[in-house]
Amino acid sequence: MSQEVDFEVIVIGGGVAGAVCAHTLAQHGREVLLIERGAEPGSKNLSGGVFYCRVMEQVFPGFVDVAPVERRITRNCVSLVNPGSHVTIDYWDKRLAEPVNAVSVLRAKLDAWLLEQCEEAGVTVMPGVRVDSLIVDGGRVVGVRAHEDELRCHVVVAADGVNSFIARQAGIRTKEPMKHLALGVKSVIGLDRTVLEDRFHVRGNEGAAYAMVGDCTQGVAGGGFLYTNDESVSIGVVMRLDDLEKSGLSSSDIHDHLLAHPAIVPLIEGGTLLEYGCHLTIEDGPAMTSHDLTRPGLVIIGDAAGFTLNTGLTIRGMDLAAGSALAAAEAIRRALDAGDFTQAAMDEYRRQLDAGFVGKDMATYSRTPAFLERPRMYTDYGQLAADVFHGVFNHDLTPRRRMLRVGLDALKASRVKLTEVMGDALAGVRAL
Amino acid sequence: MAEFVIDSVPARLAGNTYNLDEDESHIEVDQELARRTGAGKLLERICPAHVYTVEADGTVSVEYAACLECGTCLAMAPDGVLKWHYPRGSFGIMFREG
Ligand SMILES: Cc1cc2nc3c(=O)[nH]c(=O)nc-3n(C[C@H](O)[C@H](O)[C@H](O)COP(=O)(O)OP(=O)(O)OC[C@H]3O[C@@H](n4cnc5c(N)ncnc54)[C@H](O)[C@@H]3O)c2cc1C
Ligand code: SF4
Repeated sequence: MSQEVDFEVIVIGGGVAGAVCAHTLAQHGREVLLIERGAEPGSKNLSGGVFYCRVMEQVFPGFVDVAPVERRITRNCVSLVNPGSHVTIDYWDKRLAEPVNAVSVLRAKLDAWLLEQCEEAGVTVMPGVRVDSLIVDGGRVVGVRAHEDELRCHVVVAADGVNSFIARQAGIRTKEPMKHLALGVKSVIGLDRTVLEDRFHVRGNEGAAYAMVGDCTQGVAGGGFLYTNDESVSIGVVMRLDDLEKSGLSSSDIHDHLLAHPAIVPLIEGGTLLEYGCHLTIEDGPAMTSHDLTRPGLVIIGDAAGFTLNTGLTIRGMDLAAGSALAAAEAIRRALDAGDFTQAAMDEYRRQLDAGFVGKDMATYSRTPAFLERPRMYTDYGQLAADVFHGVFNHDLTPRRRMLRVGLDALKASRVKLTEVMGDALAGVRAL
Repeated sequence: MAEFVIDSVPARLAGNTYNLDEDESHIEVDQELARRTGAGKLLERICPAHVYTVEADGTVSVEYAACLECGTCLAMAPDGVLKWHYPRGSFGIMFREG
């Protein structure tokens, strides 16, 4: 290819996906331009905030020690929340600290650092610029238009996030069905360090992550989360769009309902609001990524392509963004070496994905979204669990009954049928 | 210890940082279609930043300056009701935490 180009590769979007892809290519000596619409890198980005960050060690050795991460997550709590009760599994394990498995992050800080690393590796970072469209020539993507500029390259990487207008323009994505997407609404609440550490039973740089289902979203499919940062907590709700529509409820009211919940009030008292924000996230990544991911001269990575897995207890997007970025960088490196930017050359990206953890995990969790569609998950099970424990712990001076009896009676009193419980359990085993 | 006070949404947004584009709104509503589909009420309740308000005369007003750029309204509104794109480069919400 002897065509005149401004850069070998242009990356659209400076989130985790774009940064990892650009950095990796620059380290291989490639000329890369990264365009980010936020005036300051990171200023457009928001996530819940638990980053399963082992993959980052491949890109930035010593990642957890050098990157601006908040806390190392060693305590995971899963709560079934009802209006007047909750049942929680509280799992702490020091093995999660060494080697570090997951950290809490604040994206405005992390992404700014990632783009600094990109610049140091030789990437030209252009913040404050929105890419308006792709330049397509003879069926091949050959560059981007931004404002009045036209910039040419061999390969464009669309890393422009969940709404990806670029993937839509390329004809790869259309309007997403509502059940593929969820709205996250989040508050970051500042807390004194010692108060935070005492309240969440953590010390030093260790931290806690809570996943909640049930009344915290007022029964809307999705869930609540609370993650400890250095001196703040990230707390919020994720609501599947189709269910939010059906519920007739207001998204900010659902968020506020969580913060006012009697189970949550003692966790945030004394805090001050640092930020209120929202962002879309992906509910059915496996369905979204089943479309193609490439065109001649174009690859799409991270959320733009649909690489997020919501397993009900965890949302994983950042690690998959990084994993898909690494797969894309490898495919692009080969394409540049061969001077071949045809569809066949771009499809190496899919092969790289399938060979790594991203492709495999997408396949493993392909049945999870359908499983999580069962409305019982967000309403009846929490109450059922609380009723069983109530039967066990509430000594009201009536004669005690065996646990099995308590359980069966609670089941009888609830709307759930035994066959449904068995069905859900079986489906859960298959889907998770 | 003092209970955490949940302020009104506008008061919360006032604590955020925005770089306001005075010249150009990034959101446009097709009022006729919005009226026919009843989209206004939906937009009013699903937008976490309370950008949309259905006025007494049935039109939908848009406080685009408050937008947090999540894209939910575009994903949920019936086709054609909204013209929505990201603000011009460097304008709009600037998250400090994220
Ligand atoms: C409420 C919530 C909770 C979540 N919790 C977790 C969690 O705990 N753990 C986890 O791993 N994941 C979580 N996720 C998912 C995670 O945030 C995403 O998967 C991840 O951010 C995707 O990274 P990305 O780089 O692909 O996209 P993004 O981070 O969205 O980055 C896209 C970038 O592209 C830029 N951009 C967009 N369009 C243009 C354009 N036209 N021109 C120039 N720039 C453009 C944007 O400004 C942005 O910087 C959560 C998401 C939400 C919303
Ligand atoms: S993008 Fe999000 S914050 Fe902005 S108007 Fe739409 S729903 Fe509201």
